[in-house]
Amino acid sequence: MIWVGVLLGCTGCYLLKLAGLSLPVTWLVRPRLQRIAAVMPVALLSALIGVQTFAAGQRVGFDARVVGLAVAGFAVWRKWPFLVVVGLAAGSTALVRWSLR
Amino acid sequence: MSTTEGASWPTTRRAVIRNAVGIGAATGAYAVSFGAISTAAGLSVVQTMVLSLLMFTGGSQFALVGVIAGGGNPLAGAAAAVMLGSRNALYGMRLAPLLDVRGWRRVAASHWVIDETTAMAIGPDDERTGRLGFYATGMSVFTLWNLGTAAGAVGAEALQDPSVLGLDAAAAAAFVALLGPRLRGREPWAVAGAAAIVAVVAVPLVPPGVPVLVAALVAVAAAYLPGRP
Repeated sequence: MIWVGVLLGCTGCYLLKLAGLSLPVTWLVRPRLQRIAAVMPVALLSALIGVQTFAAGQRVGFDARVVGLAVAGFAVWRKWPFLVVVGLAAGSTALVRWSLR
Repeated sequence: MSTTEGASWPTTRRAVIRNAVGIGAATGAYAVSFGAISTAAGLSVVQTMVLSLLMFTGGSQFALVGVIAGGGNPLAGAAAAVMLGSRNALYGMRLAPLLDVRGWRRVAASHWVIDETTAMAIGPDDERTGRLGFYATGMSVFTLWNLGTAAGAVGAEALQDPSVLGLDAAAAAAFVALLGPRLRGREPWAVAGAAAIVAVVAVPLVPPGVPVLVAALVAVAAAYLPGRP
């Protein structure tokens, strides 16, 4: 059963990618669709940040990840390199977890 | 990924490739946690590797594995993965004129249409830099994502709790780094704030993976607000 889910999921995800590159250009000139496509990454990335930081399964709460998010926010605001942002966030989260043990 | 105005092509190319390798390394570290979480959720090492090789879109992979880990039906997991992967279709529509690929090239290039490659491709103002960003990032992320997945899946016992290393926070930080440059002006901030709130509020109400899709409605709503083209 897991294999069915894995293969169906893989097929569906690939077909969506292919559809994006293959849809007729007339779709692109629809201004509304262009607007949605332009705002979509902002909404999805922000939603992912929220979920990855505050959700544990289907529960919402605060834990050490909040510190990592704050550190990442500061590092991005200071325009530090990508790896520094990610490394500092992971490190600070691990440090807070370790000190709270 | 800003390219300095008037910078020579070799300089620009070096900067793009350096950024691509950096993004690949970050997603590779993220993939280690994916590999470990996936095998801990009950998938075999081969199933975990198939996901990274063939699905190759991190959010969807985590969604599928998360649903299975939470006791959900694998088909529900596949549905969540596909819905989450729908953003790649939107990315593809934005990338199509830039990449301009046909036939087998399109079949191959499609596989690399993901968050990271799109961000690197549509960031720069000129097309040459954008195309290089797409392919360099695709190559780097695909390689390191799969190496990381293999390491995590095989070494799952050593890394049974990736949260000890803060890897769960690393994922959110990577998203912050991708989102940051897009937050110019009041509107993106409003969309970002609304989307995050909607997603977190939806977490207890809908299956794992779906809150992000609910938040996508914020983008649709924003596009229908008056006073905009």
